[in-house]
Amino acid sequence: MSRRTLLTYGAAIAGVAALTLFIGWWRVDGPGAPEPVAQRPLPLTQMEFQMTDQGGATVGPASLLGNPSMVFFGFTYCPDVCPTTLSDISGWLDDLGDDVAEMNVVFITVDPERDTVDGMAEYVSYFHPAIQGWTGTLDETARAAAGFRASYEKVAVEGGDYTMDHTASVFLFDAEGQFAGTIDYHEPREFAVPKIRRVLATTGEQTS
Amino acid sequence: MKSTVAAIALAFSVFVGLPTTSSAGSEDIVVEDAWARASIGTNRPGAAYMTVRNTGPDPVTLVGLETPLAMMPDIHETTTDANGVSSMGPVGEITIPAGESVALEPGGMHAMLMRLQIKMVEGETFPLTLNFADGGTLTVDVPILGIAARGPER
Ligand SMILES: [Cu+2]
Repeated sequence: MSRRTLLTYGAAIAGVAALTLFIGWWRVDGPGAPEPVAQRPLPLTQMEFQMTDQGGATVGPASLLGNPSMVFFGFTYCPDVCPTTLSDISGWLDDLGDDVAEMNVVFITVDPERDTVDGMAEYVSYFHPAIQGWTGTLDETARAAAGFRASYEKVAVEGGDYTMDHTASVFLFDAEGQFAGTIDYHEPREFAVPKIRRVLATTGEQTS
Repeated sequence: MKSTVAAIALAFSVFVGLPTTSSAGSEDIVVEDAWARASIGTNRPGAAYMTVRNTGPDPVTLVGLETPLAMMPDIHETTTDANGVSSMGPVGEITIPAGESVALEPGGMHAMLMRLQIKMVEGETFPLTLNFADGGTLTVDVPILGIAARGPER
C-alpha cells in the first residue's frame, strides 16, 4: 500500500468520523432533534388566553389561581373518551368529598365551532357540579392548548362530519398555578385519587 | 295454531336474542352487559358498549351494525398515543375466536352511533343488530343509562 493510499484512507476515516459526530449532534441537539415527548404545561401564571365559562363569565388562567386546579380538554360531540373522562372525574370528586370543595375543575372544549356556551353548560350539568365548561374563539382555544402543551386536530369521518383528536390527559396545578402532574386518560381511581390528594396536601401546607 | 307457534317463536327470538337466520357460527354468539349513554338531543353521536362472546367451536366475524336509532352505526376504536392524544376510528371487521369474547368498553372499542334519528333517553332501550360474515344476525336490546354512566348495570 502506497503512502498516498494510506493518506486517502486516513482522510476518508477522519471524514466519516466527523460526519458521524455531525449526524449525532444533528439528531440529539441540532435541528433534527425529536420533539420532546409530552412537554410539561406552563405554569398558569405564564399562560394567556380568554374564554367564557358555562355561566357566561369571562375566564382565563388567572381565574384558577388561589386554589388547586384540574384541567382537561375535550369536546361534547365526543361519544367515548370525553363522557368517560367526565364521569371518571365525577367519581374521583365523589370519593374526595369535601376535600375538593375549593378545587377548580375545568373542561375546555377543543371544538368551539360546535360547543357553544349553552351547549357546554348543558353538557357539564350532567356531571359533578364542580366541573366547569369553558369555550372560546378558535384563536383563544389554540392559545390555551399551547399553554397546556395539549394538542388537537379536526379529523373527517364518514358522511361529512368530523371528530377531534385531542390530548385526553388531566392536568393538575397547585394553588400558585405551578404544574403538579398529569392523570392519564382512564387512569384507575386508585392511582388518580392519591395524585389529587397530594396536590391538595401541598396546597394546604403552602397556605398554612 | 301454526301462527301462534310462529308468534311465540318470534317473541322468544326477540327476547333471548337468538340469531334470526340459521348460519354457521354466528348462532353461537351471546351478547352480555350491553349499555349505552343517554344523548343530548340528536346532534351528537352516541356510543354503546357490550361484550360479544363466541360460545361455539368456530371463529365468527362481526362485519357491521344496524339500528333504527342511527343512520350510520359503526364499530370504532379509541387509541391513546404516547403523548396522551386520543383518537378514534372505524375498526372494520372483528373476528372472535372460538370460545373467546370481545369487549366493547370505554377507552377501547365502542358501537359508534352516528346520525342519531331518535334521542337516546335514559331508562329506555333500543334494538341494535349485529351482522356477521356468515349472514347471521343478532338483535339485542340495549338499555340506555345516564349520560354520566360508567358501566353496565348488573
Ligand atoms: Cu367513535
